[in-house]
Amino acid sequence: MNSRVELAVLGAGPAGVAAALAASECNVSVLILDRSASAGGQVYRRPTGPLGAQQLKKWPDEVKGERLREQLRSSAVSCRFERAVWSVERGFRIDTVGPAGVETWEAERLLVASGTTERVIPFPGWTLPGVMGLAAATALLKSQRVLPGQRPVVAGSGPLLWAVASGIVAGGGMPAAVIDLADTRRWVSSLPALFSRPTDLLKGLGWMHSIRRKQVPVISSAAVRKVWREGASLVVEVVERNRDGTLRREGQERRLSADALCIGHGLLPAIEVTRLLGADHVFDAQAGGWKPVIDDQQRTSIPGLFAAGDCTGITGAEAAQLEGRLAGLTVAHEAGRITDKLYRMKAQSLRRHNLRVSRVGASMAALMMPAESFIDDIPGDTVVCRCEDVTCAEVQAALAAGAMGLNQIKSWTRCGMGPCQGRVCGDTVAAIASRHLGGRTAVGAWSPRVPLVPLPMDDFVGAFTYHDIAIPKAAPL
Amino acid sequence: MGQIEYDTAVIGAGLMGASTALFLARSGMRCVLLDRSGVCSEASGVNAGTLTMQMTRADLIPYAIKGWEMWTNSQEWLGFNPGVVAAPGLSLAFTEEEVATLEHRAAARRARGAQIELLTASKARSIEPGLSTEVIAASYCPMDGFAKANQTGFALHQALKTARVDIHGACRVERVEPEDRGYAVIGRGEVVRARRLVLAGGVWLEEMLNWLAVRIPIKTLVNQLAVTERIEPVMRTVIGIASGLLSLKQFDNGTVVIGGGWQGKGSRTTGSTQVIPENLIGNVRLAVHAIPHLVHTRLVRAWCGFEAETADAMPVIGEVPGINNAFLIGSIHSGYTSGPFMAKLLAQYILGHEPELPLFDPSRLVDNESYLKNDVN
Repeated sequence: MNSRVELAVLGAGPAGVAAALAASECNVSVLILDRSASAGGQVYRRPTGPLGAQQLKKWPDEVKGERLREQLRSSAVSCRFERAVWSVERGFRIDTVGPAGVETWEAERLLVASGTTERVIPFPGWTLPGVMGLAAATALLKSQRVLPGQRPVVAGSGPLLWAVASGIVAGGGMPAAVIDLADTRRWVSSLPALFSRPTDLLKGLGWMHSIRRKQVPVISSAAVRKVWREGASLVVEVVERNRDGTLRREGQERRLSADALCIGHGLLPAIEVTRLLGADHVFDAQAGGWKPVIDDQQRTSIPGLFAAGDCTGITGAEAAQLEGRLAGLTVAHEAGRITDKLYRMKAQSLRRHNLRVSRVGASMAALMMPAESFIDDIPGDTVVCRCEDVTCAEVQAALAAGAMGLNQIKSWTRCGMGPCQGRVCGDTVAAIASRHLGGRTAVGAWSPRVPLVPLPMDDFVGAFTYHDIAIPKAAPL
Repeated sequence: MGQIEYDTAVIGAGLMGASTALFLARSGMRCVLLDRSGVCSEASGVNAGTLTMQMTRADLIPYAIKGWEMWTNSQEWLGFNPGVVAAPGLSLAFTEEEVATLEHRAAARRARGAQIELLTASKARSIEPGLSTEVIAASYCPMDGFAKANQTGFALHQALKTARVDIHGACRVERVEPEDRGYAVIGRGEVVRARRLVLAGGVWLEEMLNWLAVRIPIKTLVNQLAVTERIEPVMRTVIGIASGLLSLKQFDNGTVVIGGGWQGKGSRTTGSTQVIPENLIGNVRLAVHAIPHLVHTRLVRAWCGFEAETADAMPVIGEVPGINNAFLIGSIHSGYTSGPFMAKLLAQYILGHEPELPLFDPSRLVDNESYLKNDVN
């Protein structure tokens, strides 16, 4: 057991690092835990160095990431990387697993800054090799400096679409096409929010410009209907949408040849920890889905438990940093390390700033939100739970047979029972069920389960002899 | 006063309640089954699915044998097979002390009809090649196996619909009120009336009995379970240990379920449960110690299920003491194995037949004094 700290932070992305630094600057003892080998999270991910032949230019966010890591290094925050959190208890006890084996940590307060999970709405062929999420493609580009393909189709919605496409262009690739789910009108409607943050606007325009300059074909208001393999290539079938969001009929599709397909339909708040601890959650489609209820000081409904960043609703990295900072200050204030006056002043300024910044993030999240009808377009024989090979028709059959909620669908079909613990299929299955059971709130969510990540058995059990096992008293005969 | 709509209202749609309703309905009774969630949503749907003699209390062996026969014939009486696999069971000993326990327990169970014999380690390994070389002896029973607990609810739900049992899911019963010719079962926003009551509330049986001012203390056990990812076949028997604190089996999809009654934390009042990391590590170490190959896999999920236990750790099946036309069923050790048979016995009794085997009269456990005392407090 490690010594008890005043604050443990789960996740070393923008929100977690900002919180850790803010609290630590006020002399709060802080421990930050992350699964990766270094801080940065997904956005400010640290490159692991050149792996393949494809040397890419410095990713623009890399500079910010380097600054963040430098700040952390020169702080009093105690950092423990390569630790995956597998269990959390109120009070707070955190159990991790990693190359260092099984470890237990204790903290008076806990901040969850676990970021997001990517959403991919299933379509025929989405589980083929060469098909990956936009976030996965971003990770490849940023961390490994590897192109997901030389001529991939980049499809889906939201800013990641353009970030990935322009990253591929910058790395010397040539996307076969960019398929944007949104139509131009939806982008235009988000412009007012963007104008309030010129840097974001410029970043976005820069991405789009690099794509146009290379004459990458861009198809707006269109979706990938299916993908299959022909020889060494993937064939991606694209179909445009009608004004009401429905897909155009057969015979109007286009087929594109590509060596990979990067596709994503937005991001979901990663709420495993806050759910496991039993905090109150609320469904907010605009924010990406279920999110913990937090007050304007980043407190959840559980005393001592805080949350900040995209795991409280998708608003982007800048907002995450501000929320993290606010959470860190609230912890310091609760611990009596800063005065009421100073806290109120700082908190107010952070909140004001955040209001503007998060508007951009929220409008981007709204842009990423796929239409409800997309769920109805999933063909029956398409696998929705890729861990357990459960098809859309099997989920619908369970509902038709009388399944009364997500947990019963899980029991009856095994969807969500695989190694990903339902992270990949959970949102899709809930959306399918909500069409039958009357809304996402009625459908609820799967019972949270440990381990939060699959536990490699050898790390978990360690070296032991039979006599090390404290076997309880025998059951009665 | 409203119209009596049902012959019997069963409260609690776990394995016991749902099977009782099923057998009553098949004998012509009009039944309603009420549950705050769905069919087999609690212990009956999340237990390890073990169908074993070697972990069953010796006095329940005759019932467990009948239950095992029903499970392995589930297509016949249930109309659906929830993944039942009949496989031999091995209970292992790693120390001389455990060998003595094995011998003692095997003898007691054998005396009640279970075919259990002691094997040398090499004989045990010829049956289960993946066994650890640290095993020094094992007891063997050909009558063992498992079902998929998560499929049980689906199977019963379909069977109940076919038998025309009205299933009121997501219906939390708040109280029952005796009326002239039966009972009013009052839930949130609905009342159903039935001539008879069957209380089948698992760990919540004590609270249900309080509706009728009857006090039978029920203890809550919080059993932990865990499952691996899908792996290649590594075992083909059901593995236990002498003390009963391990149950290990591999399902046809490749996952290995690890159980044995290691305790987690939880409260039946809030319904929340929590895995205790140390106990999970202990349970998993035991599994790895028995089947060493498991060290090469990953653990993907752990969870808890409630188990009910009476003061004498024996079941309560019969009439609610002192109350007309009210019955209860529950607290059956290794209840998943014998459950369908126990339900059949209670249904036989309610229908006025002589049960095939004796019931377990709950009146032995009534503790109205402490009930009254608690009431005053």
